[in-house]
Amino acid sequence: MNYSITNARRNRGCAVRGPALAVLLLVSMCAMATSDAPALKAGIFDPPRQAPDFTLQGSNATPLRLSSYQGKLVILGFGFTSCANVCPTTLAVLAAARKKLGPAAADVQVVYVTVDPERDDAARMKKYLAAFDPTFVGGTGTAEQLAAVRKNYGIQAEKKVYGNDYSYAHSSYTYLIDRKGTLRALMPFGHSPDDYVHDLQLLLQER
Amino acid sequence: MIRVRPLRTLLVLSGIAMLSIVAWAGFAPVEVPASPEQLFEIPRGTWARRMAGDKVEILPNTIRLTLGMKNVLLLRNLDDVPQTFGPALMMPGQSFRLPFEVASDYEFACSAHASGQMTVIVEPNPDNPWRRIGWRVRELLQTKT
Repeated sequence: MNYSITNARRNRGCAVRGPALAVLLLVSMCAMATSDAPALKAGIFDPPRQAPDFTLQGSNATPLRLSSYQGKLVILGFGFTSCANVCPTTLAVLAAARKKLGPAAADVQVVYVTVDPERDDAARMKKYLAAFDPTFVGGTGTAEQLAAVRKNYGIQAEKKVYGNDYSYAHSSYTYLIDRKGTLRALMPFGHSPDDYVHDLQLLLQER
Repeated sequence: MIRVRPLRTLLVLSGIAMLSIVAWAGFAPVEVPASPEQLFEIPRGTWARRMAGDKVEILPNTIRLTLGMKNVLLLRNLDDVPQTFGPALMMPGQSFRLPFEVASDYEFACSAHASGQMTVIVEPNPDNPWRRIGWRVRELLQTKT
């Protein structure tokens, strides 16, 4: 009798434990999936959206179509070649990060879109970007084309006139776009090359 | 016979009380919040309210975070239209999670503000008595405002 009660308890225990274990397993898997989400130094979008595609005039004498870089990580930045502070700093950081990445840098493409189409033609952008890293690609176009791209990415650029000269106040962050063309993260200005390397390595691990 | 000087006694007691408060503020451990995230949400209907002329302010001009306590800015767009919130353009239902690891003042362009600017001040972790006192004073002032 005792035996059968014990057995029944055991069986009931198994019957209860089965679904409980399944739930536990599911919860563990969910937790693992959450913990698998890379902890980036950059700000992350949740859920991430597809990076809006665009086609501009490339500094490499070919049309610059963002989606043509799918399969690579893209760092997308906005600025202008006459920028005194933000752009040179950002581009120097990105160049240093690519160097630190070593061979993996072949899978990282920096795309820099101008906010100053009056001065930044393709040739000027090519010369300017090559001073930081010859693999960097610039994008230029008409004021309307560039404004449309900025709108899709929430980029602000305001022309500031100083006498006969002018400058731009513009958004200083960069976007990180993964191999699938998904807009994953936003890296604020001021992060170090090591922070970029950290995030790029995590994103490069994804296939 | 002992002469009691009420004013002096009062001053001594006040001094002791003040010292005790300062000692507590400096040495008592700071309770770490369960979540490091400081959440700001754009409620549904915000765009419609703005279109109707309502001046909706969601994000303060200055946001204060503290390393090791609240060092993650979490922005969430619950509205039906895309919104530029802080530095990020967010689609409906999308959130943006921005961690900070260095104490500093961060300036962001933000179209949600009349000034076009948003400042995030990240304070160092209150890991020594002076910082703990400063942190408690700021918390006190923030809860009063």
